Amino acid sequence: MPTLLRDTYTVFARAMRMSLRNPAWLLISLMQPILYIVLFGPLLEPLAAQLGPGNAYQIFVPGILVQLGMFGALFVGFGLIAEWRAGVIESQRVTPASRTALLLGRVLRDVVVLLTQGVLLVLVAIPLGLRAPVAGVALTLLVVALLGAALAAVSYALALTLKSEDAFAPLLNAVVFPIVLLSGILLPMTLAPGWLQAVSDVNPFKHIVEATREFFIGGYGTANAWWGVALTVLLAVLGWLFGVRRFRRESS
Amino acid sequence: MLSRVIHARGLARTFRKRKEEVHAVVGVDLDVSAGEIVGFLGPNGAGKTTTLRMLTTLLEPTAGTATVAGCDLRTDPVGVRRRIGYVSQSGSTAPEARAGEEVVDHARLYGMSTAEATERGKQLFSELDLDGLWERQPKAMSGGQRRRLDIAVGLIHVPELVFLDEPTTGLDPQARANLWDHIRALREERGTTVFLTTHYLDEADALCDRILVIDHGSIVAEGTPDQLKSQVGGDVLTVTAERPEEAAEVARLVGALPGAEPPQLVETRVIGRVPHGGRALVELVRALDAAGLAVSGIESRRPSLDDVFLGLTGRSLRESGGAPAPAPEEVPA
Repeated sequence: MPTLLRDTYTVFARAMRMSLRNPAWLLISLMQPILYIVLFGPLLEPLAAQLGPGNAYQIFVPGILVQLGMFGALFVGFGLIAEWRAGVIESQRVTPASRTALLLGRVLRDVVVLLTQGVLLVLVAIPLGLRAPVAGVALTLLVVALLGAALAAVSYALALTLKSEDAFAPLLNAVVFPIVLLSGILLPMTLAPGWLQAVSDVNPFKHIVEATREFFIGGYGTANAWWGVALTVLLAVLGWLFGVRRFRRESS
Repeated sequence: MLSRVIHARGLARTFRKRKEEVHAVVGVDLDVSAGEIVGFLGPNGAGKTTTLRMLTTLLEPTAGTATVAGCDLRTDPVGVRRRIGYVSQSGSTAPEARAGEEVVDHARLYGMSTAEATERGKQLFSELDLDGLWERQPKAMSGGQRRRLDIAVGLIHVPELVFLDEPTTGLDPQARANLWDHIRALREERGTTVFLTTHYLDEADALCDRILVIDHGSIVAEGTPDQLKSQVGGDVLTVTAERPEEAAEVARLVGALPGAEPPQLVETRVIGRVPHGGRALVELVRALDAAGLAVSGIESRRPSLDDVFLGLTGRSLRESGGAPAPAPEEVPA
């Protein structure tokens, strides 16, 4: 166990250092969620009454946080493909380091980045009119962290299998766009016709978004909230198992 | 008898690609003693890289047994990893990282402390002529410097055995010769055992105590460079046909020379072996003239390792580098 922790820290610190050393990347990844809040949020203000309880930002910010967790995490595999091409992955795999640590260290970096972006996003929304309980925001960020960790693990596992940006990008786009559109992130699915609602009901991310909206208006004990948390935990376990299995397998 | 650092018997690896089975390595027996520099030679797709990846624990063998640096490959891969260094063809550092940090991070994965790794890393940098490059980004280094940085990464934990996968591919002649000196110094100064793959015969000839030749997934010859060369008797005759369609006819004439062995045809080049080169040359020129065949080049020379290779595998190493056959080891499973 101490080796796992030590190796994880080494991999994490290296990954973090590489991220921080790329100021352009840092700026772009921080700007994106802020642009959503500042440029899209105001459009929802006049519609808030039709969208459900709470003001526009109580509905919009949790959705954008979940979207941040999905996009931010699913695309991390691109970095791994670059590392693989430079030989870094293989040279780490001939060391006695724990295979799990090679994945966990990178995923932790992604979670730290996600949480930083998430906190910033919430802070920017406050002057625009966001009012939400601190506990609700914290719970939402926890959900985003868990979700982000699972999806980052999946992204790394897929990247390590495909080893090509040209194969990875279309796969991600094919999966991510329907999921985002059917998750009610930008507008609640209650506005949708019956058939569309039925389709979106099988999308776990829709339920997770609904749960985080409950958190933002202080609803912690509702069925929606529990469903969202249960699905997050389930996705986290599945995603993590998938990632670890791929990292433990021999490299080929 | 020196102690054995690698001892492998019947090592094999089969890839399943769709429903087809690809037998990349079919049964490799090999022994390497402590302090040896062994060259592992073969054309693309012969099973070099697959064998190397098995010996370095990156691939699991589908059959056979091996001990590497005293640890069983199957039951104690972590023990093997602790004791070996591996310098892969693709490099080992991120282009935007700092050279020194990559070396130190790598060392930490072996359990070394940052202070210990920094000290050892700086010492290696100076041994490998990388002084002053500790803070440099690999993308701002020359090809030769990057290769030496990869070697520093591979040696940071002081392994007793180091695997180098085509260490000089893509380097200019000066950088190659320089790297050879460093590889020799490894053995002289630290007694490190070196197992390297190459498809440069001059490299194997200049650097290695012993050469193993692999083709179609098994070892087809083994010996010192001189032993291998002495297997090829007589002189080597190389004739290049001017018109490709006449190459076969030229080959027939070369084969008809007194005492000649059946020649090999590589593109428009006919390579034959004759007991006495000078005499054969004169006869061949007459025969070519009589048949009205044009040749753009003709020479007779003493055999080289490439001729050994051609005789063993039916392929020239130089040709195989230019026109790579689909290598099973490069196909993702």
